[in-house]
Amino acid sequence: MENTSSLKRSSKRSDILEHTLHGITETLEQALFAEEISARAGLFQSLDARVKVISILALLIGVALSHSLFVLLAIYFLTLLFAWTSAIPAGFLIKRVWLALPFFTGLIVLPALFITPGPAFLHLPLGLIITQTGLTSAAFLLLRVSTSVSLTLLLILTTPWNTVLSALGVLRVPDVFILILGMTYRYIYLLLHTANDMFLSRKSRMVGRLNTSENQKMLAAVSATLLDKSLSLSSEVYLAMQSRGYRGTIVTLKSFRMQSKDWLWLFVFLGITTLSIVLGR
Amino acid sequence: MFLKSRTIKFFLIYYAALLIWLGTTAMHIPDGYLSPLTCLIMFLIVLPFWVIGIRKIRETMNARSVPLIALLSAFSFVIMMFNFPVPGGTTAHAIGATIAAIILGPEAATIVVSIALIIQAFFFGDGGITALGANSFNMAVTVPYISYAIYRAFSKNQPLTSPRRLVGAAIGGWTGVTVAAFFAGVEFGIQPLLFKSANGTPLYAPYPLSISIPAMVIPHAILASVAEGLLAALVVAYLQRSNIAVLQAAEKPAVLSEVGIWQKLRVPLIILIALIVATPLGLLAPGTAWGEWGTEQLASQGLSFIPSGLEKLSGLWGAPLAGYNLRALGNASLGYLLSAVLGIVVVTIVVWLFTMLITAGGKTRERKNS
Repeated sequence: MENTSSLKRSSKRSDILEHTLHGITETLEQALFAEEISARAGLFQSLDARVKVISILALLIGVALSHSLFVLLAIYFLTLLFAWTSAIPAGFLIKRVWLALPFFTGLIVLPALFITPGPAFLHLPLGLIITQTGLTSAAFLLLRVSTSVSLTLLLILTTPWNTVLSALGVLRVPDVFILILGMTYRYIYLLLHTANDMFLSRKSRMVGRLNTSENQKMLAAVSATLLDKSLSLSSEVYLAMQSRGYRGTIVTLKSFRMQSKDWLWLFVFLGITTLSIVLGR
Repeated sequence: MFLKSRTIKFFLIYYAALLIWLGTTAMHIPDGYLSPLTCLIMFLIVLPFWVIGIRKIRETMNARSVPLIALLSAFSFVIMMFNFPVPGGTTAHAIGATIAAIILGPEAATIVVSIALIIQAFFFGDGGITALGANSFNMAVTVPYISYAIYRAFSKNQPLTSPRRLVGAAIGGWTGVTVAAFFAGVEFGIQPLLFKSANGTPLYAPYPLSISIPAMVIPHAILASVAEGLLAALVVAYLQRSNIAVLQAAEKPAVLSEVGIWQKLRVPLIILIALIVATPLGLLAPGTAWGEWGTEQLASQGLSFIPSGLEKLSGLWGAPLAGYNLRALGNASLGYLLSAVLGIVVVTIVVWLFTMLITAGGKTRERKNS
C-alpha cells in the first residue's frame, strides 16, 4: 500500500528534504532578524526587559479578558503604534499577522459564520446564512489572535533572548529553569545547524528520489543521530561545566536597573491593561 | 433550523479542518482561542506534573540533569520542525514526546517537551503564551504518559532488540497524540458553552464539543499521530540496529519505575478522572447534544449525573452519539463518520486503560494484547 502511494506521489515526496531545510533556514533567519531589530534604537528597545515582559503579559491577559471588540481593536492599534515607535519596519507586523492569519484562524472560523445560531445577517446562495452572532464571534477570535500574536512579536523582536530569560527570573521562575531555558535556546541553534548539515549532505549525495518509506527511514536516522549527538553532547557539556566549577548551584548575572522612564512605562502599560479590562467588561 | 445548510456546514467544517491540519504543526493552541479561566485551570492541572517531573529529574540525574534536559529539549524543538511523510501522500509534524518518554521516562519528558513549547511560545511566537498550560497538558503530559505506558506494556520482559518494542512505540505514539488531540478538542469545545456574551455570541473558540472534538481528532488520527508513532518506532528501530547503548541506558530508570508504575500513573489518573468528574464538562457535554431537544431533559440529567462518576463517564461518551444519530443528521455517511470518530476515541481510551491495567498487574502477560 505504501509503495503504490509513494509511486503516485513521488514528485511531491522529493520536496520533503527541501521543505525541512527551508523550515530550518527560516527559523535561523528569523532569529537573526529579531537580533537585528533588538539592536536598533526605539521605545521598546530602551525599556527594562522586566517592564516589557510584565507589560506584555498583562496586555495579553487584558486581551484575553476583553468582551468588547472595540477594546480589542484599540489594543491592536496601540500595539501597531508601539511597533512603529520601536523601529519595527512599517507593515512588518501587519504583514506577518494578516498574511498568515487567514490561512489558519480564518479557515477555522469560516464555518462558524454559518452555524452559530442567531439572527440572520446576510443571505447567501445555496441556502447559507451568515448569522450576526457568527460574525461577531469570528471577529472576536480573529482580533484576539492577531492582537496577541502582534504583542508577542513586539516582545520577541525588541528584546534579546538572554535578557528575556533574566527578566523571567523576576516572575519567580526558578533559576534552574532559566538556566535550562537558556541552554536549550543556545543548543537549538547547534542542533538546527547539525540537522541542516545532515540534510544537505544527504541531498548532495542523492541522484534519484526517495519514496515514502525511504524518506521515513532517512528522517528517523537523522532524528536518532541527533538524539545520540544530544546525549553525548550533554555529558560533554556537563564535564565542561564541572571543570569550570559547577556543583549544582547556579549564579546568574542580573544587572537590571529600573529607571524612572521604566517605572513610567510600566504604569502606562498596566494602566492600559486595567482600562481595557474595565472597559471590556 | 436550516436543514439544507446542515449538510453543507459539516462539509465546510471537515474541509476546513483537514486543510488546516494538513500543513500545520500538530496542535499548538494560539492565544485567543481559550478563555483566561480555561488557561488558568490548565496551568493548575499541569503544575503537579511539572513538580513531579522536576523532582524526578533531581532524584535520578542530579547535577547532570541540567545539560541533559537542555539538550533533549533542543532535540525536541528540532524534531517538531521535521516534515515527516505519512502514508497517503502528505507530511505532518511529530512532537517527539514519545521518543523523549522512551529515553527519559514520562516525568522528565514532560519537562523536556514543556521547555521546547515555552521556547516556541516566547521566542518564536509559535503557540500562545497564555495557552502554555493547555499546550503543555496536551503535548507534554498526555503524549508522554500515554505513549510510555503503552510502550512499557509492549516491551516488558522483552529483549532490547525485540520487534515488540517497535509496535509499542508506534501504537504508543499514535494513541498519545490522538488522545492529546481529543483533549485539545475538549478545551476548544467547552469555550462556547461557558463563555458567551449576553446575546449568546461565543467569545473564544466558537465550536461546540460535537464539532471541535471530531475536527481535532480525525485529522490528527490520520496525520500527526501517525507521524509521531512512525517516527518513534523508526527511531527505536534505528537505535536497536546501531546504538543499543541509548536504549540500554533508557532501561535503567524504567527498571526502577517498574516496581511502581501504577503508583506513578496513579496521580495523573486521579487528576484525569477528577478532570472528567469535577469540571462542568461532565454536565455540559450531554447539554450540547441534547440541548436541541429540550432543556428540562438536560436539567433532570444534570441532577442524576452528579452522584456517580461512572454514570457520568458513560454519559459523556454516549451523549454525542445519541445526538448525532442518523435520523438527526439526515445523512448516513456523516453519521457513520461521527460514529467512527467516537469509536476511535472510545477504543483509544479503552486501549490505554487496558495497557495500564496490564502494566499494573505485574503477573498478567501481554499475550492478552494479541
